[in-house]
Amino acid sequence: MKLAISISGKKLSSPFDARFGRAAAFCIVDTETGKWEAFDNPALSASGGAGVQASQFVAEHGAEAVASGAFGPNAFDTLDAANVEMYLAPGNKAHTAAEVLEMFKAGQLPKAEAATHEGHHGGSH
Amino acid sequence: MQIVTASGKGGTGKTTVATSLALIAAEQDSVRFLDCDVEAPNAGLFLEPVLDARKEVGILIPQVDEETCTYCGKCAEVCQFHAIAVVGKKTLVFPELCHGCGSCTLVCPENAITEHLNVMGVLEGGSTPEQIDFAQGVMNVGEPMAVPIIRELKKWIPDSSSEIEIWDAPPGASCPVVETIRGADFALLVTEPTPFGLHDLKQVAEIVKELDIPAGVVINRDGIGDSAVEAYCEDSALPILIRIPMERRIAEAIASGKLLLEAAPEYRPDFEAMLKTIVAEVSA
Repeated sequence: MKLAISISGKKLSSPFDARFGRAAAFCIVDTETGKWEAFDNPALSASGGAGVQASQFVAEHGAEAVASGAFGPNAFDTLDAANVEMYLAPGNKAHTAAEVLEMFKAGQLPKAEAATHEGHHGGSH
Repeated sequence: MQIVTASGKGGTGKTTVATSLALIAAEQDSVRFLDCDVEAPNAGLFLEPVLDARKEVGILIPQVDEETCTYCGKCAEVCQFHAIAVVGKKTLVFPELCHGCGSCTLVCPENAITEHLNVMGVLEGGSTPEQIDFAQGVMNVGEPMAVPIIRELKKWIPDSSSEIEIWDAPPGASCPVVETIRGADFALLVTEPTPFGLHDLKQVAEIVKELDIPAGVVINRDGIGDSAVEAYCEDSALPILIRIPMERRIAEAIASGKLLLEAAPEYRPDFEAMLKTIVAEVSA
């Protein structure tokens, strides 16, 4: 299975980033072979709709599951429509992407069944 | 002629100045007053119009016909606001992210998108006892975008033949303020002589300069703070048109819904002179 992990660097040893839409990057890893690739998150500096854009991005890159710290309503709806499963990794302690991958493989990450918080949309438009 | 009152900082006295200016102007000319602070319109509390016209406004948002859509993704690609997403065999629309630009409808090769009004607020209009033609926008609670309502308010009854229009801007220096100021003939920048007043005055002064609109300054609560606003106005060649002192009786009158000129009629000549100056400046 291809798993996307939100990270703040470009390596498997980079720290996990608990934000989804505003994560610095995504590491997309094949959980069977361990093969991985990292991508800058194109939604990082979006003025709005970061959750939607990041969701489309990971779906387009073939992710079947995502591990992040939180999913807003728009990200949840988009990932859900794309049949991408969402898993919640703990953001209260520093972990690396590799550690999150191990937790996922061990079945320790709970599945997000709904958006974890309200939308951030708004700002000054 | 369109005169806009703006300030940057909230609570400096935009509405206080705008409503009394409208009162003076209405003694000679036909006046239209637009309360563009659609998040919290309050000029009506002072001008007391009878509101008998109402119109729902918003933006046109896309609706995708699932039968016709081929999921090509062109709509999602063109959307600058990520308000439309195509994932697999689904096209999702996020109304609260949509700015109503219509690009998705334009680029859809299958004509699968139709547009529908997403109501964001109402316009209300009527007349005041002084026969001021009054209108305000009222944004629905929870709406994130004020600009579409302000845009519609400024277009409402466009053939209005009023000689003087007064547009009362929202506080701040972001999109809703720019939308309000755009197209005005003169900007009345209401400030207070404090570091906060000055900081925001500078931002709004930059906006009116960028829009190439002549401006003048009203210093409200004169006597508090420092002289930095005065120094800035002098450096920037911004004329100070009126100074209204910090006085408890004025604050009390405003708090009870009275107009400044009702509470302090001695400022009437200052307002008359200010209006004359603005008219002369715009007509020059």
